[in-house]
Amino acid sequence: MEYFLQQLINGVTLGAIYGLIAIGYTMVYGIIGMINFAHGEIFMIGAFISFIAFLLLGALGITFVPLALLLVLLLAMVFTSVYGWTVERLAYRPLRGSFRLAPLISAIGMSIFLQNYVQVLQGARVKPLQPVVTGGFQMFKGDGFAVSFSYLQIVIILVTVVLMASFSLLIGRTALGRAQRACEQDRVMTALLGIDVDRTISTTFVMGAALAAVAGLMFMLYYGVIDFYIGFLAGIKAFTAAVLGGIGSLPGAMLGGLLIGLIETFWSAYFSIEYKDVAAYSILVLVLIFRPTGLLGKPEIEKV
Amino acid sequence: MTLLSISGVHTFYGRIEALRGVDLEIRPGEIVTLIGANGAGKSTLLMTVCGHPRAAKGSIRFDGGDITRLPTHAIIRRGIAHAPEGRRIFPRMTVLENLQMGATTGAPQQFDDDLARVFVIFPILQQRKDQRGGTLSGGEQQMLAIGRALMARPRLLLLDEPSLGLAPLVVKQIFSVIREINERQSMTVFLVEQNAYHALKLAHRGYVMVNGRITLHGTGAELLANSDVRAAYLEGGQ
Repeated sequence: MEYFLQQLINGVTLGAIYGLIAIGYTMVYGIIGMINFAHGEIFMIGAFISFIAFLLLGALGITFVPLALLLVLLLAMVFTSVYGWTVERLAYRPLRGSFRLAPLISAIGMSIFLQNYVQVLQGARVKPLQPVVTGGFQMFKGDGFAVSFSYLQIVIILVTVVLMASFSLLIGRTALGRAQRACEQDRVMTALLGIDVDRTISTTFVMGAALAAVAGLMFMLYYGVIDFYIGFLAGIKAFTAAVLGGIGSLPGAMLGGLLIGLIETFWSAYFSIEYKDVAAYSILVLVLIFRPTGLLGKPEIEKV
Repeated sequence: MTLLSISGVHTFYGRIEALRGVDLEIRPGEIVTLIGANGAGKSTLLMTVCGHPRAAKGSIRFDGGDITRLPTHAIIRRGIAHAPEGRRIFPRMTVLENLQMGATTGAPQQFDDDLARVFVIFPILQQRKDQRGGTLSGGEQQMLAIGRALMARPRLLLLDEPSLGLAPLVVKQIFSVIREINERQSMTVFLVEQNAYHALKLAHRGYVMVNGRITLHGTGAELLANSDVRAAYLEGGQ
């Protein structure tokens, strides 16, 4: 029972990180119908910017942890957003109106470019960061096993819940969110109502990148090491999460992220750690066989 | 004094020339109708006014300013609203959200008044306001499309076949709404219609389009009396 609880906590934490990245995939897919294969790299860049920001703040003597975390979070979100915006501007916008696969290919190109860019600038070795947030709760002690719920895990889960709730409100209730959903459904009509569609799409990339930056920061804090390659696997996992939950659906991305995190953690804990990815993808295959639109995705049935 | 003046406009879809030099003028406060057969280029003309697709040659001026090269959203913000072909309401948004989308270019403090006004014109929309657009019937969707265009308080309202596929009673209702908003709010209306009889009776002036060119124009009554128009567009009509 204690062991189960421990895995649950670990799984939810991992799922929160996947979920935050998955939102970026799902939002971009929703609005322009394209998988942004460079999104995993945006997450990786977010982790590196967080890393640099931590070193910088350390050098400046800002060591009060909550303040440092907040500053790093803001810096990472801002700078990563600039990357997200630039990627859209350079690699996708010029290809809008081109054939469907063109932006997909340029996304893959962007992904390879960004990996190499970071490798050249930051080196290929892993970057270790000493633990910033330490300590935690010990629960259910006894029998030589205690369930630990670290402060870091609490921070990760809390920040994720707050961000997801505020993003859901933003998309569901504000004029900006309405414009994004309108672009999703009919871009020409949206322009005919006086909305700058290009700017709305840019905003979507910026929002996705900001969330990926948060995920990058958390990933770095949680694992303590990063390198230029972390975006690939995390990106694939988060993409899987988005598809599992139903691509285009915001709650779907969150649910998918959570599920992938839990499946991976429980499989590693009870069966074998080597096959954790196999387990996650098998579930994906099963879900897609029985629900091709994902768990929360809606089939396109419309009255015209 | 003209509100919209289109001169020598050519528009292409790829290599197909859909508009072959169109000249047309609309004065403030008028209802102007454009009639013609399927594929004549009527919808293309309305969309060209909105910059999608863009005119390849010629110029379009609205309220004294050249809008030929402006992006669509900038043209709309000058005071044009378009209820386009096929209604194009947002199916996965509620009726209220669709109307909010229509108010994008309007002043926020006018929103409540404008919404109330649309609900007076189309009471059914108020009953359906929390329902998704995609679940409405064809007639209701048409009302929503017109209501959404009205939410912008446009100076020029473009309507593309508002009567298409609707029951005669609903058609009548929609035409009387067009007359009402034109008279009460002196809104200028540019109406594209297949239903030539109703459109010409309603409009102050009309244009006839054949194969991407304007072939005839005159007052609504003149065109109704014209033997060519009668033969081509009103045979079998009332």
